[in-house]
Amino acid sequence: MLLSPTLLVLGLVIGYPVLAGFRESLFTKGQGLDADGFVVEGERFVGLDNYTAIFSGERADAFWNAFSNTTLFTVTTVLLETVLGVGMALIMNQAFRGRALVRASILVPWAIPTAISGLLWRWIFQADGAANALLRQQILWTADGFPARLAVIIAEVWKTSPFIGLLVLAGLQMIPREVHEAAQVDGAGPVQRFCRITLPLVRPALLVAVLFRMLDVLRMFDLPAVLIGVNQRSVETLTMISWFEASNLRYGSAAAYATVLFVYIALIAYLFVKLLGADIIGAARQRTRRPRAVRGKRTGKAAA
Amino acid sequence: MRSISPAGGAVLGLTLALPLALTACGGDGGTGGGKGAALDGRGPITFVTGKDRSGYLQEQVDGWNSGHPDEKVRIIELPDEPNDQRQQMIQNATTKSDAYAVLNLDVVWTAEFAANRWLAPLPKDRVDLAEMLPATIATGQYRGRLYAVPSTSDAGILYYRKDLLDGAGVSAPPKTWAEMWAACDKVKKTPAGKGVDCYFTEVNKTESITISAVEAIASSGGSVLGPDGRPSLTTPQAAKGLEFLVNARKDGRMPKAAVTLDTEGGRRYFQSGKLLFQRQWPYQYAMADQKDGSSKVAGRFAVAPLPGPDGPGVANLGGHNLAISQFAANKASSLDFIRYLTGEPSQRANLLATSQAPTLAALYDDPAMVAKFPYLPVLKTAIAGAKPRPVVVRYGDVTAAIQGSVYDAVTGRTPIDQALSGLQGKLGPLTAP
Repeated sequence: MLLSPTLLVLGLVIGYPVLAGFRESLFTKGQGLDADGFVVEGERFVGLDNYTAIFSGERADAFWNAFSNTTLFTVTTVLLETVLGVGMALIMNQAFRGRALVRASILVPWAIPTAISGLLWRWIFQADGAANALLRQQILWTADGFPARLAVIIAEVWKTSPFIGLLVLAGLQMIPREVHEAAQVDGAGPVQRFCRITLPLVRPALLVAVLFRMLDVLRMFDLPAVLIGVNQRSVETLTMISWFEASNLRYGSAAAYATVLFVYIALIAYLFVKLLGADIIGAARQRTRRPRAVRGKRTGKAAA
Repeated sequence: MRSISPAGGAVLGLTLALPLALTACGGDGGTGGGKGAALDGRGPITFVTGKDRSGYLQEQVDGWNSGHPDEKVRIIELPDEPNDQRQQMIQNATTKSDAYAVLNLDVVWTAEFAANRWLAPLPKDRVDLAEMLPATIATGQYRGRLYAVPSTSDAGILYYRKDLLDGAGVSAPPKTWAEMWAACDKVKKTPAGKGVDCYFTEVNKTESITISAVEAIASSGGSVLGPDGRPSLTTPQAAKGLEFLVNARKDGRMPKAAVTLDTEGGRRYFQSGKLLFQRQWPYQYAMADQKDGSSKVAGRFAVAPLPGPDGPGVANLGGHNLAISQFAANKASSLDFIRYLTGEPSQRANLLATSQAPTLAALYDDPAMVAKFPYLPVLKTAIAGAKPRPVVVRYGDVTAAIQGSVYDAVTGRTPIDQALSGLQGKLGPLTAP
C-alpha cells in the first residue's frame, strides 16, 4: 500500500511511454502519394512489418552495422573506463598535498556537457589539429572511416572515466583503514593488498558504476553525432538510426528501432544483474559492517 | 526504500508535471487549419526562421510593425542547424498548431512540406514573381503550384587566386575542368605557387557532398532524377560528373583531408592562402576580402562561374523561400508580410545589411550594388543556369543515399559505376510515384 503512489508514478512516466512506443511501432503512416502528389493521410496498422523491415535487405546491413558499432563502443569504452576510473579513484584516495586540486581536475571532463566535449575533440581531431600534430601523422579522424571509431572511443573514455572514478572513490572510502593495516602487519605487499582487499571490497560500487555506464553507452547518440556527424556508417549507433527514421517522418519504424534497442539494453542489464548482481547482494550481506542505507539503495538501483 | 521515497516521489512528481505544464502552454494551438484556397484572416502573426546571424531581421520586422500596428509580426528564432529548424516546423505542423504563420523554408523542403499539406497554396496572381529570377521561382513550386515565395538565393561560384594566375601567365579564369588543371600545373611551377593546393569542393559526408555531386553531374549534362522524377544515374553523363570528383581527390588535385572540411573549414582553407581554386557560396567573398589580417588572400582573389567538362558548369541552387503554414490563423496578413519581405526595398536593404543574395533580377544589375558586391554579375549568371537539388517528398532519405554512395566513391571504397548503380537502386523506391 505504501508503495502504490511510487508504482503509479513509475507506471505513468516509464510504463506508459514504453507501451505507447511499442504501439506506435505497429503502425505506419504518410508513406504513399496520391495522384495530385499529396501524401496519403491516416495511420495504418501493419503489425510487425516495421520489425521485419529492420532485419531484411539493405536495412539489415545498416542495422547490424549500427548494432556492432553500439556493442563495440560499449565493450571497449566500458573496459577502458573501468581500468582508468579505478586508477583515478586510487589516486584520488591517497593523502598528498594538492589532493583537492587533483580531484577537481580529474572530474572536469565529467562536468563538461557532452555536446561541448564533442566540439572540443572535433577540434583536436581535425586534419590539422592537435592530435595529428602530436602524432606527426595525417590521420583523417573526423571523416567516415575506422579512425572515426577510435576518435569516438577516446573522447568517450576521456569524458566518462571520472564517473567510474567518482563512484569507486566512494566505495574506497568505505573500506576501513584497519583492514589494510592488518594486512600490512601480516606482510601483504601493495599488489596483494589491492587484489585481495581493495578490489573485493570496492566491487559492489564498481559493478554499479559499470552497469550504469553500460546502460548509458548503449544509447549513445550525442558524442558521435557532434564529433563525427550523423549518417556516418563507421560510428552510427542504434539510437542514431532511430533518430534518422524519426526525422524522416517514419515514426513507426523509429519506434521499432527504439523498441529493439530497449530489449537489447534490458537483456544486457538483466544478464549483468543475474550474473554479477546476485553476487553484489550476497557480498553485501556477508559484510555486516557496511551501513544499511547504502545496501538498500543499491538493491533499489539494481532492481530499477 | 522508505527513506528515499519522499525525495524520489518529489523528483518523479516534478518530472511528471513538467511535460504536462509544457503541453498546457502549447495548448492554445490547433484552432487554425482553414480549408486552404482563400487566404483570409488579419491580425498578429509570427515569422519562423533560423537563427538570424546578422541581427538585421528585427530591424526589417520593426519596419513592418510600425506600419501595421494591428498585424504585428513576432520573430520566432529556431536553432542554427537546418535540420533542427525543419524538425520544429514539422512538429508544429503535425500538431496543427497555429503558433507558426510565416515559415522561412530551405529550398529543398518545399516538396516535402507541400505534399504533406502543411503549406497554404499561394495565388500566383497576388505575388509579384515577374521580376524574380526564374530558377528561384521553381524552388517554391510543387507539381505546378506555388507554395513559397523566394526571398534569398544562393549558388556555387568559383573562387580563384588572381595573383597566382597572373604570376603564372594565365590571363582568364578556367572555363573547363581541363583548363583548371592546366592552370594548376602552371601555377605550381612558379615560386609563389609552391605548396598551394589546386582545388577544393566540399566532399564531407553531409548535405555538402550532395551539392558537389549534383553540380558535377549537372555540369556533365546528367541529372540525379530524370524529367519523370525517377533516378537517372546509370548514364555516361552521371559517370563523367562523379568521375570528376573522384579523380580530383585521387590525383591529388584536392588534398586527402578534403573529406573532413565543412563549409567554414573550406573558407578558412582558402583564406589561409593555400588554395588556388575553390567552389564556394558567395558569403565567403566579404570575409575573404577582410583587410584586418584575418584573411591572407584579401584583394588577391576573384570569382567566376563554375567550370564544367566542355564549357561553363552548372551551379546548384541554395537559398530560402517564404511560405504560409496551412494552420496559421491570419493568412491574409501573412501574405502581405511575405510580399513586404520579398519586395524590392526590403531585398535591397537586406542585401546591403547581410549580403544575402536577392531573388530580384534587377538588383544584380544595379551599379551601386555591384560596386559594393563585385561578385553579383557572376552570381547572376550562376543562378540563371543553376539547377535545383532533386525535388522529392522524401528528400531526407534521398540526400542520405546520395551522400553515402558518393562518399564511398570519392574515398575510393567503391568504383564509380558500382556506386552509381547502387544509388540508382536505392533511389528507386524513394522516388516511387
